[in-house]
Amino acid sequence: MQQLSYFELVGFGPNGWGWALLMATGMTIAVATCGFLAGSLVGTFVAWGKIGGNAPVRWLADGYTTVLRGIPDLLVIYLFYFGGSAALGAVGSLFGAEGFIGVPAFVTGALAIGIVSGAYQAEVFRGAYQVVSRGELEAARSVGMHRWLMFRRIIAPQVLRYAIPGLGNTWQLVLKESALISVTGLVELLRQSQVAAGSTRRPFDFYITAAILYLLITWVSTYLFQRAETHSMRGMRRAS
Amino acid sequence: MDFAFMQEAFLRLIAGVPLTLNLAFTSIAFGAVLAMLLALMRMSNIKVFDWPAQAYVFVFRGTPLLVQIFLIYYGLGQFRPTLQELGLWGFFREPYWCAVLALTLNTAAYGSEIIRGGLQSVPYNQVEAARACGMSGFLLFRRIVFPIAVRQALPAYGSEIILMVKATSLASVITMMEVTGLAAKMISQTFRAIEVFVVAGVIYLVLNFIITRIIMAIEWWLSPHLRRPPAVEPRLEAAHV
Repeated sequence: MQQLSYFELVGFGPNGWGWALLMATGMTIAVATCGFLAGSLVGTFVAWGKIGGNAPVRWLADGYTTVLRGIPDLLVIYLFYFGGSAALGAVGSLFGAEGFIGVPAFVTGALAIGIVSGAYQAEVFRGAYQVVSRGELEAARSVGMHRWLMFRRIIAPQVLRYAIPGLGNTWQLVLKESALISVTGLVELLRQSQVAAGSTRRPFDFYITAAILYLLITWVSTYLFQRAETHSMRGMRRAS
Repeated sequence: MDFAFMQEAFLRLIAGVPLTLNLAFTSIAFGAVLAMLLALMRMSNIKVFDWPAQAYVFVFRGTPLLVQIFLIYYGLGQFRPTLQELGLWGFFREPYWCAVLALTLNTAAYGSEIIRGGLQSVPYNQVEAARACGMSGFLLFRRIVFPIAVRQALPAYGSEIILMVKATSLASVITMMEVTGLAAKMISQTFRAIEVFVVAGVIYLVLNFIITRIIMAIEWWLSPHLRRPPAVEPRLEAAHV
């Protein structure tokens, strides 16, 4: 058989893997986005615990961020992958189901990413909250705003504004972490490249393509976060 | 929680610690040298050096480490005949060296930005003072710029070292049996994910805690000017009593 050229291999022709790689790129973006959003939710609550909680809550929140940032992400993914199935299997056996019940790899992946990135995002949010001026919070309280209203109108918009650069960094981390989800068999970009490399015996071509696609995603998202930052700062006066 | 099982898990996983530390420190040592080189290239103001360094940092920080590991370990296998001709196949055949190479190249990209930040944070008046004393070139770099930069960059480099210890876990994907590799093997044999995870997590936390402490100690040792002067105890003057 004649060797396919690189562009035939990764292109959209009859023997090309173009569509598969494109779908897998979409999957990478989807799982990373879901994980990132889950992490934002976790991070918000953990940051809240760190700022406003009583001693045990604060201690718990500090423990959470320390542990999750000190343990390899791969280990957390293994925990969710194997542990999730084991837990589901235990629940299933209560209802008479037998054997191994797998958790969908997408859910495992998004949850694992969410739990890990939540620890990073909590620190980002906490740092951003410190910048919000105390006077504004006092002013909000003095005009009679309740906690939720104050959070919605005063805290959240400002925290988000200051958090954008930090969130951008976390997003890059999440994106790269999503490659680790390939160990659970979710067909995202790296897994698809592995499959393609295995079936065509051209590993270098596919891994370099995956690297280029990842670069493309990081590049575009850096640009988008920069846009978001300038947009959010449009009414602010800068020292420099 | 089954403590007998956790003890067994601990004894099995602790055997992976030497390899984890070996991978981390070998790649950090090589990576620091490369990072220094890249930082100097970026600060040289010569486009021929600056651009490749910038591109290098962009590529290695923009792609997942796992992709880099696969590219080196599996990807280069595609060029096996060429590598064999060059006599490099012995190197790229070993998962250990592939992991070290990938980790080194990766940490060099992150490290170079940290070192660059440190070098740029050296106050210019220090350099001027040194020039006024007649220092220049390498002497100035060795005596003034480098020590101040190291002190500035140390906290950030410390987090990079922690990240590297965590990153060695990816070597388990290319068959290296370090702590995460052993943990994954044990989980898939026993299906007791929680216990094994707790044990492996504790091992990593302890490792990272010790490393953090060592870095804090070095930081303390490098900044005597920021420490309080030792308190002088009041002494009784015997002559006046």
